[in-house]
Amino acid sequence: MSTPAVATTLTDLRAAPDSATPPWLTATREWAMGQLEVLGLPTQRDEDWKYLRLGPVLDVPFAVSTAGHDHGLTTDMVAAMVPDLGGVRLVFVNGHLAHDLSAMPDAGSGVTAAGLAATLTTHPDLIEPLFSDRSAPVDGFAALNLGLCDDGAYIHVASGATASAPIQLVFVTVDVGHPVVSSPRSFIVADPDSSVTVVETHVGVGPLTQASCANAVTRVVLAERATVHHHTVQDLPDTAFHLGVVDVTAHDNSIFTTHTLSLGAAIARHEVRMHLDGDGADATITGLYQPAGQQYHDHPVLVEHNATNCTSRQIYNGVLDDRGHGVFNGRIMVAPAGMGTDATQSNRNLVLSDRAEVDTRPRLEILADDVKCAHGATVGQLDETAVHYLRTRGIPESEARGMLTYAFANEMVERIDLPALRSWVASLVGQRLGAVLGDDTPAADSVGLPDALEVTP
Amino acid sequence: MLHIENLHASTAGAEILRGVNLDIAPGEVHAIMGPNGSGKSTLAHVLSGREDYEVTAGTVTYNGVDLLALAPEERAAAGVFLAFQYPVEIPGVGNLYFLRTAVNSIRKTKGLDPIAVTTFIKMADKAMDAVEMDKAMKNRSVNEGFSGGEKKRNEILQMTMLEPTLAILDETDSGLDIDALRIVANGVNALRSPERSMLVITHYQRLLDYIVPDKIHVLAGGRIVRSGGKELALELEASGYADIEAELAAPGTAS
Repeated sequence: MSTPAVATTLTDLRAAPDSATPPWLTATREWAMGQLEVLGLPTQRDEDWKYLRLGPVLDVPFAVSTAGHDHGLTTDMVAAMVPDLGGVRLVFVNGHLAHDLSAMPDAGSGVTAAGLAATLTTHPDLIEPLFSDRSAPVDGFAALNLGLCDDGAYIHVASGATASAPIQLVFVTVDVGHPVVSSPRSFIVADPDSSVTVVETHVGVGPLTQASCANAVTRVVLAERATVHHHTVQDLPDTAFHLGVVDVTAHDNSIFTTHTLSLGAAIARHEVRMHLDGDGADATITGLYQPAGQQYHDHPVLVEHNATNCTSRQIYNGVLDDRGHGVFNGRIMVAPAGMGTDATQSNRNLVLSDRAEVDTRPRLEILADDVKCAHGATVGQLDETAVHYLRTRGIPESEARGMLTYAFANEMVERIDLPALRSWVASLVGQRLGAVLGDDTPAADSVGLPDALEVTP
Repeated sequence: MLHIENLHASTAGAEILRGVNLDIAPGEVHAIMGPNGSGKSTLAHVLSGREDYEVTAGTVTYNGVDLLALAPEERAAAGVFLAFQYPVEIPGVGNLYFLRTAVNSIRKTKGLDPIAVTTFIKMADKAMDAVEMDKAMKNRSVNEGFSGGEKKRNEILQMTMLEPTLAILDETDSGLDIDALRIVANGVNALRSPERSMLVITHYQRLLDYIVPDKIHVLAGGRIVRSGGKELALELEASGYADIEAELAAPGTAS
């Protein structure tokens, strides 16, 4: 394997030429890199990027991640990093599908879950239309992903089909001796009346001595009455950079949910772009961010109500400690066609340190009548009357604070209805809070305890 | 058991307690009555260790220990329990999980192992039956969305499970209808024992029909101005607090 070319800036990166690449994809990539030159990388002058200091990312001489290097991972190592959800598990190492680490049992009749690169070879006709649909990049990083992407997941659920188990996409960052950018692009295509659950996890084999930047895009298209439940759990080592976009188009009466957990990474920006294009579509966009140390977690959410009688819910909670910085930047845009819109947005933040920062920006742009929109944001500390109440029952102060902090975060954990994923996430959240709150707190070992007491009378 | 001497306490710069003296022997039930603003709840908060109340003078000795020197959780471990007038809602913390953590925290201070889950659940079931509490309350968040009566029953449930030696009930009757009052009082009476003392704080005589005290004290203007047997409650019910307040207003009469 030759050492890939190191670029002086991200905008100089180029995909490795590959004779197997279909001409339309080569053309798309060239066009995207042209778009990157036009758009440039975002700066703090861009409204949607105003809190993010990209300096640490831009200063790194990255190279493009290439397929096929010796990752040194085993299936056991992967199994120890993610929950067992019992279905298809596609494992990507620095953005490229590792067949040897993946498990591909039958996903159910009419359900396809495969690598994007592999599908480009076998069925380029399936992939081509996906690249032309809504692919105009909205910013430099989206252009960079389009210009560099050469792998990811391709999930298709045929009309009326239901995936037999959640489909798991595991993105693992490993140290390859030099800083790399990976650019996975995944597609989830749900045909009419189909149903699927997809769980993305972004993890790393630490400690990473080299900077890594994942610039991942997941594109979801829901046809009429389709249901897609999507989860993202980002628990990268605290040295990694992570940029993620989930871009969703929902047609008539479809149901989409996405739940994001931001735990790791030095800088993480996870964006949801929701286009409610069909009448009666329903979207629930929820998340939890927990920046501590010097972590930065940014959550831009755009919900476009472009059709009648659509419902959208945004609920994000943040727990901020040390010098952690959290951002919730939620926009609801109701187009003139968005009559009967019902949109709500809630962002609550628990600030545990006086050096932590949170920026919460609810934004509403309403161009239709007959619209119900509500939004609310809070930033606060633990309720001292509740701390006192617990202490009067004999619970030591540090433990009382741990219980209340965990309870706040747990509200978002409880929203996960896959038991295996929920208990895994609960332990991650507990570990992170345990580290934050000190060893004598119950958080680390009491996770899921309410479950343990769910004994029927 | 409990010996309060010349207790003065302030909150937000205002002196509320102005020299409270009180002695409760083991097994006794004392009631404190008094008009609104007389300092009844302040006394309860000071005994529970709330940090926004400052003790400016006096002592509280509990089983020979300086109670005021203990943190709230240490007071609980020593056997002091306050049933709150306004129990706090704690979203996201399951009721039984909370209770088990409390029980185990107190056991830990006594060098005992955590209680087995099955044993704990049996105890909790029995205690919930005693206060006629819906079992659905087990896994609901502590007090969240509970009615006034459910919150007060939950306080008595906690008291039953934590087995205090000194139980302080702060206006436990407020907001209760007659049925809930009877249930709560039955729960309290079931806990009466020769080792356990109680301090029942109430504005109304009604509660004392159900929880019959050994002694009644009247708190007014931050001091105990009268003490007597249970018949004092009936007297107060007939005359109200007006006479006492008038007495207080007249200089030199309050002792």
